Amino acid sequence: MTTSRFRISAVLAATALLAAACGGGGPQGDSGAKISDNKIVLGVLNDQSGAYAQLSGKNSVKAVELAIADFKAKYGDKAVTQDISVETADHQNKPDVANTKAAELYDRKAVDVMLDVPTSSAAEKVADVAKEKKKLYFNISAATTTLTGAKCNRYTFHYAYDTYMLANGTGKSTTEQGAKNWYVLYPNYQFGQDMEKSFSAAIGAAGGSVVARDAAPFPNTSGDYSTYLLKAPTLNPKPDVLGTMQAGAELVNVVKQYNEFKLRDKGIGLAVGLMFLTDIHSLTPDALAGTTYTDAWYWNFDATNRAFADRFLAATGVRPTFAHAANYSAAMQYLEAVQAAGTDGADAVIKQLEGKEINDVFLRNGKIRAEDHRVIHDAYLAQVKAGKDVAEPWDYVKILKTIPAAEAFRAPSPDCHL
Amino acid sequence: MTGFLQNTFNGLVSGAFLALLALGLAVIFGMLRVVNFAHGTVYMLGAFGAYVLLDSAGLPFWWALLIVPVVLGVGGMVLERAFIHRLTRLDPLYNFLLTFGLALILQDLVKWRYGVQSTPYATPSGLDGTLDLGLFDFPAYRVFVLGFAVAACVAVWLVLARTRVGVVVRAATERPDLTRALGIDVGRWITPVFGFGVALAGLAGVLAAPMRAVNPLMGSDLIIVVFAVVVIGGLGSVFGSVAAAFAIGLVQAWGEAYASHWPIVAQITVFVVMAAVLLWRPTGLFGREEMAA
Repeated sequence: MTTSRFRISAVLAATALLAAACGGGGPQGDSGAKISDNKIVLGVLNDQSGAYAQLSGKNSVKAVELAIADFKAKYGDKAVTQDISVETADHQNKPDVANTKAAELYDRKAVDVMLDVPTSSAAEKVADVAKEKKKLYFNISAATTTLTGAKCNRYTFHYAYDTYMLANGTGKSTTEQGAKNWYVLYPNYQFGQDMEKSFSAAIGAAGGSVVARDAAPFPNTSGDYSTYLLKAPTLNPKPDVLGTMQAGAELVNVVKQYNEFKLRDKGIGLAVGLMFLTDIHSLTPDALAGTTYTDAWYWNFDATNRAFADRFLAATGVRPTFAHAANYSAAMQYLEAVQAAGTDGADAVIKQLEGKEINDVFLRNGKIRAEDHRVIHDAYLAQVKAGKDVAEPWDYVKILKTIPAAEAFRAPSPDCHL
Repeated sequence: MTGFLQNTFNGLVSGAFLALLALGLAVIFGMLRVVNFAHGTVYMLGAFGAYVLLDSAGLPFWWALLIVPVVLGVGGMVLERAFIHRLTRLDPLYNFLLTFGLALILQDLVKWRYGVQSTPYATPSGLDGTLDLGLFDFPAYRVFVLGFAVAACVAVWLVLARTRVGVVVRAATERPDLTRALGIDVGRWITPVFGFGVALAGLAGVLAAPMRAVNPLMGSDLIIVVFAVVVIGGLGSVFGSVAAAFAIGLVQAWGEAYASHWPIVAQITVFVVMAAVLLWRPTGLFGREEMAA
């Protein structure tokens, strides 16, 4: 008799404790475990020591931390939980490492949403992991369109840009502005081949033509591109523009040697497939003066962007690339969706996100497409200023025009079945 | 025809870089029997040295061309005395591991301090234009690099062939035991020769800074090709290394120009050539029997 009464009161006490522990503080405080582990963990998986460490890397973690601080400041006591943290790992741009690290972050570090993940091959692996574990994944800095094509899934969102957006922006706009004949040079691997196809299509659609296309060795151990640069002026008809799809150090080599051979003086302009603010910084604006490219976001575009860039500069010492700003935005939109859903359950959060129209520091006329989880938004055609026109550090480009969200991205792919 | 000459000229410029690197590698291997895996890293340090001098001391390219090789050469001599020297009597594997480890440490130190992004370095003023070579224009800087590298190779050859120091170094390279028996202190020459080889790699790095991306990984990309060049030329053969370097530079440039629809050709030529040469002459083009054993 005494024993059973003791047992009942013990069970009651334990239940009360459990309920209190699960509810703690949130608006759904007493209605049970709406927030798993009573905390939200954002995972940032990226390259922290290799080729993409500067354009994203540790500063993307800083951007996500800024978003968390802003979210807490906005909602105060009304926030769905006060316990929001970041876990991070280095995937070294290797798909197998990305695969293992993603699983570890989701399972052992209780990550609710994965962010960033540059390098297309690594990004695709993480999409598989997210699908298998039914956990959210916002890809920011990988370019491949497969994330919203053959590899698309219910749990994966593709945020900042892709190869279609780059080609459509730079290829189409540059051709429309009069550069009809192109010489396309690309690195001979997945990314370069995809870019060459996308660019050729966009150039053709805008009434231009590709006079010649060359696949340069990748990696190009000799670091020399002179053969291609010498060939450019001898082509018939003479190309108006050299479109280079190289990235990182290889882009630096192409640009340095493009200047050495004085191709701009010979009437051959330069268009770059993919470039980040950090690339311009390392090459110096003078080396790139007049070059056009497509940017997903620019820090000195308007007052909103600039305010964010000032805070970012104070926190990191550098101005943000579009990848940094997009990481901030994605973290913020995820937290907003959790707040609105009142839970971090993946399916409820997805319901909040699908079809949502967003305007924030990164997304202008943004919309999360329900059909393929492509996040569309305005993109920009940018041109690098000459060194003498650079009035303040990092203010390297002039925005030539805004490419409206609906034009910037491709229509949902028939390959994608969510 | 003009196109062919231009591509040939370019091949020679690429060859000049390879020659400076291969020369240092060959001299070090010949004298010390050390396969210096840190050679590519020294090349990278040369380029960064030029950048640091310009960035923090405002010293232009010409000063870097003088200071950087000397500093790196002295650093090389210190390393030789402190580490490499102690391992020469042991299995060559120990020195292989040592230089490989040094390469990784130095590379990571640069990464840690300067990041992985390429750092800017402009073409020195005066050499940033083009030069009229009769049939075609060519970047003045490339002409300078080619001339400088050829002069350096000739100078090294003259020293080895015509001076007493050269005689000792060559003798010690061929038959260290016999040279020692003749009463010559071979050990005394080893350290400066190592320093000299290192300085040559540093020099190549300074020359590369204005035309190549300056980043911590630039050496590790190039060094594989340089090793192939040294093997083709014949391990330890100074003349063979230089000849093979120019030949490979030319073959790569022609491959890129005339097989551009098949980019893999340019990528693998050097290894195909290496395999072919080794099948025909296992010691390399100018190698000696003893080295192949």
